[in-house]
Amino acid sequence: MSEPVGGPGGPEAQAFSKSEMMIVAAARELAGQRVCFVGVGLPNIAVNVARLTVAPALELVYESGAFGAKPARLPLSIGDPTIVTGATAAVSMFELFSFYLQGGLVDVGFLGAAQIDRFGNINSTVIGDYEHPKTRLPGSGGACEIAINARQVFVIMRQSKRSFVDKIDFRTSPGNLGGAEAAARIRREEGWLGRGPSVVVTDLGIYHFDDTGEMRLDSIHPGATLDQVRETIGWEPKVAEPLATTPAPTPEELRLIREELDPEGAYTK
Amino acid sequence: MTKVASMRDAVAALVHDGDVVAIEGFTHLICFAAGHEIIRQRKRDLTLARLTPDLIYDQMVAAGTARKLIFSWLGNPGVGGLHAIRRRVEAPAGGAPSGDGDPAPLELEEYSHFGMVGRYTAGASNLPFFPLRSYFETDLPKANPLIRPIKSPYGDETVYAVPPLKPDVTVVHAQRADAEGNTQMWGLVGCQKEAAFAADRVIVVVEELVDEAVVRADPNRTVIPGLIVDAVVVEPWGAHPSYVQGAYDRDNHFYRDWDAISREAATTQAWLDEWVYGVSGRAEYMEKLGAERQASLRPSGTAPSGSVDYGVYK
Repeated sequence: MSEPVGGPGGPEAQAFSKSEMMIVAAARELAGQRVCFVGVGLPNIAVNVARLTVAPALELVYESGAFGAKPARLPLSIGDPTIVTGATAAVSMFELFSFYLQGGLVDVGFLGAAQIDRFGNINSTVIGDYEHPKTRLPGSGGACEIAINARQVFVIMRQSKRSFVDKIDFRTSPGNLGGAEAAARIRREEGWLGRGPSVVVTDLGIYHFDDTGEMRLDSIHPGATLDQVRETIGWEPKVAEPLATTPAPTPEELRLIREELDPEGAYTK
Repeated sequence: MTKVASMRDAVAALVHDGDVVAIEGFTHLICFAAGHEIIRQRKRDLTLARLTPDLIYDQMVAAGTARKLIFSWLGNPGVGGLHAIRRRVEAPAGGAPSGDGDPAPLELEEYSHFGMVGRYTAGASNLPFFPLRSYFETDLPKANPLIRPIKSPYGDETVYAVPPLKPDVTVVHAQRADAEGNTQMWGLVGCQKEAAFAADRVIVVVEELVDEAVVRADPNRTVIPGLIVDAVVVEPWGAHPSYVQGAYDRDNHFYRDWDAISREAATTQAWLDEWVYGVSGRAEYMEKLGAERQASLRPSGTAPSGSVDYGVYK
């Protein structure tokens, strides 16, 4: 466990890492959800924490074609054999994207990003010019259709001035476009099933989107400060009044992560 | 009629310079053995299509086989970037790419996963395009003008269309096939069926050659009929470091190792010299990999499916 951020709490509070806080915060946001489209890395641990705590009925869908997966180990890739053995169904990618996602069965899709703006628009394609990029990133994969067709989108990413930017270099996945009102009209006219991004979990706090479609810091993680938030974001962030403090991970949440889901600490260090 | 051939003969006969080649398989069943044989035979000017170019296309690009990629996600899953490909795509600090002596820039044609699946589907079913609800309000149609909006003939709705993709040759790896190429697979099936039906020529590579009766005993598991198959190559471990459900695990250590190997052109070429040009084929590659590594990749237990009864109807 590297860089424990510890944090306030009762006498039973344990030290925890920033990654563990992000995982737990995202897992709690999944309370009551039914079908979740999973990404690799932190989202993958978060959905499994949720499945074992606040969302026992959660069905995990992987874009590689597994539905109702019950992974017995933490997969490095989203196409790992452990997501097939014991799953409800292994389907073709055509079925997965056509019937499950475009058909409207996915409640929550997880996305990561290299860059995100205040309206939750996401870039995972290039840094710099598209034709002559400074950095070539992986590109969409399934992200743009997840952003459009999943009922809501969760984002997990660390804050930095390079990633939380005023203007993204390329729009790979649409969020609330230029604001909530126009985004709602466009979604209606173009027949999107998605309502756009609803949660952004960072290493410093939890954001939801307000009536204007802009990210608002609703909860700050224990140990983090508003100064740190402002230093790592490319615009003046909206902050809820009053601002909540994210409850620290419970001993049971930490036990699930450390003993069951990521015993080698591959993702949580 | 038997279509069983060696990998060397199948690639020599069916893969030509300038072809559009699809070695499909989403994480699962990626036929590295075919990619390495294409490198050894020094095929050139290929257009390589895959949803996720993965390590196999990073290696094939590094070896100089390709002039273009058609893809939807360009990375090393869970690890990072594909460095050999990035060297051919990114601008050097402070200028445009391709200075003196650098390899020519690699051409990219980029979609989303659903877009690529739709392209193969249109190609397989002889349609002029595939419609999908994606790409709205993104920069992808600007980056790739082949992604175009299309109005519904039945109302006011607009969706996006992608064109058919018909590879000259598709390579599919699977658990088993009979000598005619009737091919069965289980686990993640990705879009191999669509990519095979869309192709002009199909090479099937299998872990095990089985009798026709084995196929006929379980027709629901047949993904590709021998009707569209040109060659059947029997190549155990042909997907390593990718995996085969029930046979061997993904070699995640190699996926991590490749990140360091591929960061410099020189170390990448040294790896190709040792593991591709330096071996005659997959059997020698696996021998070199060693029994211990092979044993470590076997599943930790068995999980057999129940059997079903199709019944006899006379």
